Amino acid sequence: MASSVYLCLLRAVFLVCFVNPLIQGLSEDESVFQNPHHQQEENLTGLPIVTFKWHHVETPYLVIIWVFVAGLAKLSVVELNHHVISVVPESGLLIILGFILGGIVWGADRAQTFKLLPPTFFYYLLPQIILDASYFMPNKLFFSNLGAILIYAIFGTCWNAATVGLSLWGCYEAGVMGNLDIGLLQFLLFGSLIAAVDPVAVIAVFEEVHVNEVLFILVFGESLLNDGVTVVLYNVFDAFVALGGPRIDAAEIFKGIFSFVVVAFGGSFLGIGFAILLSLLTRCTKHIQIIEAGFVFVVGYLAYLTAEMLSLSAILSITFCGICCQKYVNANMDEKSVTTVRHAMKLLANGSETMIFLFLGVTAIDTEIWVWNTGFILLTLLFVFIYRIIGTFLFTWMLNKFRLVPIEVIDQVVMSYGGLRGAVAYGLAALLDEDKIPEKNLMISTTLIVVYFTVILQGITMKPLVQWLKVKRAAHSDLKLIEKLNNRAFDHILAAVEDICGRIGDNWWTRGWNRFEENYISWLLMKPKARKNRDYLFSIFHKLNLEDAINYVSEGERQGSLAFSRSDEAANVDFKKQFGSEFADVMPNIMVDMSNYELGIEHFSVTSIVKDTIPSVSLDIHGQDRKNAMDDINAHHLLQQHLYRSRKHHRHKYSRSHFSINQNEDEVQEIFQRTMRSRLESFKSTKMGVNPAKKITKHHKKELTHKMPNGHPDGTGHLYGDEVDIAVGSETGAINSTFMRDTYTVGAGIENPVFLPDMDSPTHSPPWLMETEAVAPSQRAQRRLPWTPNRLRRLAPMRISTCSTDSFLMADVSLTLEEHEEHSQTDHVEMRPVFD
Amino acid sequence: MGSFQSLPDDHQYRTLSQKTGFSLEQIAILHNRFKQLSQNEETLWRDDLKTIQDLESNPIRSQIIEAFFDSRNFQKDGVGSVEEIGFEEFLTVMSYFRAPPQNITVEQREEMRRAKLRFLFNMHDTDNDGTITLEEYRHVVEELLSRSGALGRETAKGIADAAMLEVASISVGPMAPDEFYEGITFEHFLKILNGVEIEMRMHIHFLNMDATVLCK
Repeated sequence: MASSVYLCLLRAVFLVCFVNPLIQGLSEDESVFQNPHHQQEENLTGLPIVTFKWHHVETPYLVIIWVFVAGLAKLSVVELNHHVISVVPESGLLIILGFILGGIVWGADRAQTFKLLPPTFFYYLLPQIILDASYFMPNKLFFSNLGAILIYAIFGTCWNAATVGLSLWGCYEAGVMGNLDIGLLQFLLFGSLIAAVDPVAVIAVFEEVHVNEVLFILVFGESLLNDGVTVVLYNVFDAFVALGGPRIDAAEIFKGIFSFVVVAFGGSFLGIGFAILLSLLTRCTKHIQIIEAGFVFVVGYLAYLTAEMLSLSAILSITFCGICCQKYVNANMDEKSVTTVRHAMKLLANGSETMIFLFLGVTAIDTEIWVWNTGFILLTLLFVFIYRIIGTFLFTWMLNKFRLVPIEVIDQVVMSYGGLRGAVAYGLAALLDEDKIPEKNLMISTTLIVVYFTVILQGITMKPLVQWLKVKRAAHSDLKLIEKLNNRAFDHILAAVEDICGRIGDNWWTRGWNRFEENYISWLLMKPKARKNRDYLFSIFHKLNLEDAINYVSEGERQGSLAFSRSDEAANVDFKKQFGSEFADVMPNIMVDMSNYELGIEHFSVTSIVKDTIPSVSLDIHGQDRKNAMDDINAHHLLQQHLYRSRKHHRHKYSRSHFSINQNEDEVQEIFQRTMRSRLESFKSTKMGVNPAKKITKHHKKELTHKMPNGHPDGTGHLYGDEVDIAVGSETGAINSTFMRDTYTVGAGIENPVFLPDMDSPTHSPPWLMETEAVAPSQRAQRRLPWTPNRLRRLAPMRISTCSTDSFLMADVSLTLEEHEEHSQTDHVEMRPVFD
Repeated sequence: MGSFQSLPDDHQYRTLSQKTGFSLEQIAILHNRFKQLSQNEETLWRDDLKTIQDLESNPIRSQIIEAFFDSRNFQKDGVGSVEEIGFEEFLTVMSYFRAPPQNITVEQREEMRRAKLRFLFNMHDTDNDGTITLEEYRHVVEELLSRSGALGRETAKGIADAAMLEVASISVGPMAPDEFYEGITFEHFLKILNGVEIEMRMHIHFLNMDATVLCK
């Protein structure tokens, strides 16, 4: 709360201090703007040390200032009192904030200097939002409801445009609006622009209320496609208006309809074409991984602009480009790039969404555009609302005749109520040509009022309505592997039953398409390697494993100190006695450092999947880990002792095209081998589910010679390290080594392979440990489910993923490797107690 | 569907209709299909189903076919599987795939859900002992992924294990090291599929199908 007030204050101050002078400065001398050198020439009397060159940077500066302000606005809106947030949707709040900002600008300028201009909106703000929406479209859901979505989007939109336009015209003829200079065609044009249900506004509201998935996809898909249709419809009517009433005959109307079809479908196919291009492109970007993510945006934008150039529907083009390419692009690109795309896309879309809503507010504070006509405005509001409801019910009634699971009445109510108008309508209104439509300003103000009304009022009432009607909400559940497996089996079952009863049904088509897609399209558009791993179940498995890995690490972290204090009682190691209690304090730091290292660098892409598991913990501890330099050094030293030591010194080099982490093949291979081995170990011992003999490790001499290859320049850093090494040295040969490393693994069942001792050192396993069971677990042991600590569900079976990304990339290799290693097991049998 | 004359009398249809909830017309259509599959015999054999061409590419077809011959699916306390089925059994199995009727009470819906899930459960529980064991589950997953080749086989094992572990953790919570999870019981099965609206999804269109056109 306090922070939000502070932020508001900050923003206000910022505005007053910076923006206003800038604006005033801008408006004071226009001439300077036209002649930028003018000022400099004046100043040439002496050598200027610094000059104030506002006009050099003016445009980009203003743009960036507004972006900044929008960011702050979003921040303050989100940080605002949670009661307000839960009532008023974010989009509404942004608009209201926009009013305030607009008021400030207007107060300073006496005119609205900043407006949302249609070109800005259509070329720079809208594309990424549409691309984002389509790129993250749940494809299966979308295509399985495509029929309904198309009906709503195409016929629903036409219905809305026609009825609103005609009704308004009827009322106008009846004399309700007084004297206006609007003809039938203009009314229809207005009807078409006001029919644009805005995906931005809809998503903003519906995301917050979590309706069930069918309802969501219907509303979302409709609003997305509807935009495209609206623009097309708008263009057709615009052409009619330009043509003028008398010259329109049957042929022209037919041409209009034809052009509607061509523009809409042409745009869609163009988009699909670009999707194919993009997919093909990402097939061969292996060596430019850093920029491959950019292609998605560039090609998407190209699809938009090309369609615009060919006067096809740009929105539909970019929509279908996003929808169609996502699968192949995600499979082809490196995982890091996929993450990059995901985040960048969200960043852009979220940013422009914020800008749009803010500017929808700012734009309103302007005396110029406001023309009030009570009849026109109120009737528009009424008709928009009513015909949306009638249309939804009408088309749903038709659809329900064909739908197996009908759309319920409650859902229909929500659908009709969810017809929020947004920036697209405003953008189209602002695009109107004043020469052809004398009442342009009236239309703009009406559109704005409709937008405010729907976004703010309907947005506010949506949540209570959904609750009151008891709309089926989305069953919020975690991603579950078993569920996905069942779904998969389920699809096959349905298809099979259809086959058995001999019917060509939805499942038949779906399957036919899937087969075609698998055999031909994937072959064309996907990398062979990606194709192999592309199976949906694999990816889910993979994702869950990643999640677990992260939980695993963070849990180890959370229990870090606990684990070690408990291991004191584990009898075989007395950690504190050996290294002093001071060292124990360092341990959490090490854990944090470990995880930071793991997650921050190697798991670059993984962190994106972390939702909220880590920060609370690691940040907390991190706060204190800069306590003193000594701790740092100790931690560093310990890490060096126990982490993999690279064969070469770390070269600190800068490269724009590579993250230079472990580029060396051999190194990667070695790390991989080691981690695999350690995993295998832990897997083995967990699988047996018994308490094996305590760990016996012997360390090779090379430990001693190997200390700190790129050593700390600081001499004090060696203090503990030497002790450690000495400890190792002195204990070499002793079987029951009470070496501190053991504590890493015996503590509370957390065995992070990272903490494992050097596996490469030859171990002399005592004969009594060479049981055959350790080599090849019995049938029963194999069937026994591995035990994992504290709710980590999926991780244990394969023990992939506790350590580094390489193992994920080589998940397939691991299988063969595991098998291979099972045979060579006797070489390095090393049993570790997993449970105390 | 003009071939009603060759079908059993109306009365028999009505009893079937009451039992399974299909409409008379749907029963007639399905009967047509039944006869087509069984080559006009009274009973249907496994081999009859195996000859369906479209089914060949289905990775889990053996289980689906098995479900048709599983007497657990015919009556509540049925045990074991049968060699051949009559039209009534065929229809009974088909009735698991009916869409829920429009106006349905919560209890009815729940009952329907249970029945459908029971059907799915039985399909996985091949040895009829009331639990889906890891072996059984592995088998299913392997078949599901059989199209992915050799890699699929190995990974399938991993996935099945992971899924099983997931079930274990959901249904019995964290386990002690010496605990042993026997397998998925039906209660657990219900629990894990809690979020899936199976009653809204497990159905196919039975109307308007013309079996005679698609004889494959």
